[in-house]
This record gives sequence, C-alpha cells and structure tokens, in this order.
Amino acid sequence: MRRTPLYDAHRAANAKMVEFGGWEMPLHYGSQIEEHHAVRRDAGMFDTSHMLALDVEGAAARPFLRHALANDIERLRLPGKALYSCLLAEDGGILDDLIVYRLADDRYRIVLNAATAQSDLDWLARLRPEGAGLRARHDLAMLAVQGPRAREKCWAAFPELRAASEALGVFFGVQAGDIFVARTGYTGEDGFELLLPAARAAEAWQRLRDAGIRPCGLGARDTLRLEAGMNLYGQDMDRTVTPFECGLAWTVALDGPREFVGRQALAQRVPAQRMLGLVLEERGGVLRSHQAVHGAKCEGMITSGSFSPTMNVSIALARLPPASEPGEKLTVTVRDRPLAARTVQPPFVRHGKILV
Amino acid sequence: MNFPGNLRYTASHEWVRQETDGTLSVGITDHAQDSLGELVYVELPEAGRRLAAGDACAVVESVKAASDVYAPVAGEVVARNDALAEAPSDVNKDPYAAWLFRIKPAEAGRLDNLMDAQTYRKSFSQA
Repeated sequence: MRRTPLYDAHRAANAKMVEFGGWEMPLHYGSQIEEHHAVRRDAGMFDTSHMLALDVEGAAARPFLRHALANDIERLRLPGKALYSCLLAEDGGILDDLIVYRLADDRYRIVLNAATAQSDLDWLARLRPEGAGLRARHDLAMLAVQGPRAREKCWAAFPELRAASEALGVFFGVQAGDIFVARTGYTGEDGFELLLPAARAAEAWQRLRDAGIRPCGLGARDTLRLEAGMNLYGQDMDRTVTPFECGLAWTVALDGPREFVGRQALAQRVPAQRMLGLVLEERGGVLRSHQAVHGAKCEGMITSGSFSPTMNVSIALARLPPASEPGEKLTVTVRDRPLAARTVQPPFVRHGKILV
Repeated sequence: MNFPGNLRYTASHEWVRQETDGTLSVGITDHAQDSLGELVYVELPEAGRRLAAGDACAVVESVKAASDVYAPVAGEVVARNDALAEAPSDVNKDPYAAWLFRIKPAEAGRLDNLMDAQTYRKSFSQA
C-alpha cells in the first residue's frame, strides 16, 4: 500500500488507517461525526495527497483537453479558473471525474482520483497529440482545508498566502510562492485546496493544526460529500453509466460543434436511469449502497447511502428510472424490511444549511 | 482496549454480565464498537421474545456498517435499553455500561461455555 507524506502525522494523531484506492489513508482520528461537524461549523482538513495532480502543457494543451474532456475548457475564460468534468470512454461511460484549472493559455492542471490515476494517465497518453506534454506531479502533496472558518484559519497559519488568495473567487486557483491555493473542495463548504511540495507537507499540516484546524478522515469526507450531493467515482458512477445517468448532465458541454471523446455515443444512448437523493422517513436502519428501491412506477438502487450527521437522518443517492421526480414517496428494502423514503433533488446540505 | 475480568465474552463480540437477580445483561465489546465506529442506530429485541443461543436478535449500525448482535445463550428477553434509541453512540463512549438487552436464561450455568476476558482478548488478536 502507498503512503502519503503525512502518514507519520496521521499515526501520531491516532488515526485509524484504512486502505483506499491502493493508499493507506486515515478513516478518522477518533470521531468521524465530530470531524464532520467541525467542517460544517468551523474548519477541518483532509490529506488528499493520494489524488494525482497532472499538469498538461504546451501549444496543443488546449485542443487536447477540448477533445479529451466532456466539459469544455473554453469555459475557463480567466487564468486560475477551475472546471469540473468527466473523462469519458468512446461509448460515453465515465472513466473518471476531475477538476481542471487553467494556469495559463498553454498550461492546465488536472486533479485525478487516486484509484483511477494510472488508468487515466495511460488513457490520456494515448489521446495526447504532438505539442501537449503530460507531467504527473508526484512531487506535490495536497491538503483540503474546508469549513466556514477554513480560509481565515488558513491565513492565520500562512499569513503569506492572504494577499494572493483573499480576493480569490469560488472555483479559482492561484500560485502563491510554492503553494497552489484553490477555492475548491468536496464538502459543500467554503475553503481551500492547497497543493504544495511534498517535502513541506508535514510542516504545513502542523501549522494548520496549530491554527485550530481539525484533522478529518475519509469517513467525514464521505458523509460531507454525500450531504453536498456530490458523486463518488466507483460508487455513484463508473464505466457503465453516462453523465446523463448520474446527475452530471450539467458538466457535458454540448453547445457548438466541438468533437470530444464520447460525444457521438452520448447522442445515441438513451439514459436508462437518473440520479436522485433519498431521505429516509422512518426509523429502522441506515441507507446503504446496493439496497433496492421500490415505488409505484419505479425500481431502483442506492449507490451511496449513510447517516447524515447534519440532518440526523439517513440519506442516499439512488439510480431511479428516468421519469422519476423529486417529491415521490417510495420504499427502500433495509434488511428485508420496506422503509419509507422520499426523493429529493441533491444537494441535501450546503454551507451548513439543510436544503431538503 | 478494555475487557473487564468480571464479564464473559462470545466469539461474535458480545459481552455478558450476570446480574444479582440471575438475568444476563448483553452488550457489544470495546473491540466491536471500535471496529464499527460511531453507532447511529440500534434495534433491540422486544421483551418476551424467546431466543435460542446464536439467534440474531439485535442490530447495531454505525456510519459505515450494520452488524447483527447474537443471543449468547438461550432464554427470554426481559428488558431492553430503550435509552440507546436516542443516544446510540453511548455504546462507543462506554460499551460495558451501555447494555443492549437482558435475558432470563433458559438454563442456569450456561455461562461456562463463554470465554473469559483473557481468552477473548487472545481469540481476536491472533485472528
């Protein structure tokens, strides 16, 4: 199993370590529910160094990414702007989801999921034209600092970052010395993602801790992203579904004649399902992936389910028939028993507020 | 991890305590609660239910997983800890205070089949 530069820091903080995508990562540091609340109410930080930053550079970088990604990097009009996109196979199935930052006209930075990073690299290397270079940034560590007080605590830890990042808009990144600061995340809260030299990771982690930012593990990361209605690759989407079948239609740029990998297949594939949120309406258990969903006119399946610490009920993302709508009553089979649930449009929670 | 010497233990990670009235309190061990993580839901058997040894009779669910709880001996359920419905994480805070249910055993003396603390600790640390 691979270890991030913060492995020793996690062990020293009494993390419970688990395998995730081939990496040994912290699940929690004692209480994943308290960690969840810290991010919703104050500030928490995650080691996301298992994810891979990939720099795409050269005169052909722009046409290359316009061809390789389902979303259109032409939407990135300003330097530093970030875009969420799927990476599609020719048949329209999802190979991965990613964030791409425009660093310059001929330089982009992509952040890839850990478990799919190598297959993504192989795929992009095959698509790569002359004049576009790929540089995997294994030399960088990555920290996500999230929560309503994340930015101010980040500046307390790194006063030198304030000037460069104070005016940074949502979904923008900027290089500030040897730290790339981006106002992005995977929790539904404000905050920063920091990419910095791996050699500086342990010192940065300690400074952020000293500024009162609580270390958070993958457990809290999963309940936070679920409340925020964000898909997890490999669970809510994979090679077998298109963006139209998992709530990501908004990330596919179909305006204009741009040819991108998967476009022709998407034009012909009729969506077989849609993604909706579920809220459990009675006691009796916790919604989990693979539980069956039954309605008057629908059968479906939960792809991600858990307990929502913010709402204090169980919530889920589910694949349902395309005609399903928010506000329907249905049942979920939990340990052989049908329990009442209702469909909602995710997100469930954003910026500390319950929305459903 | 803590395994009090005055309790008996099962291979499926329940603890059993003999009360002065002869009934048996049943809960899950420190090891079980640590493996599951913070509990968010418990389902307990109704008083009056008759159980065979090994019957799945309660469920504990954490954020990440659900787990059955098994009857350590045959008997009748005489009480359940309803306070846990509102505060399931009490099991994490003190697994030996947070009993789940009490059984009136069908036969006295059956506790001899269960493990003592030392044997229990060895049973999973070798696994």
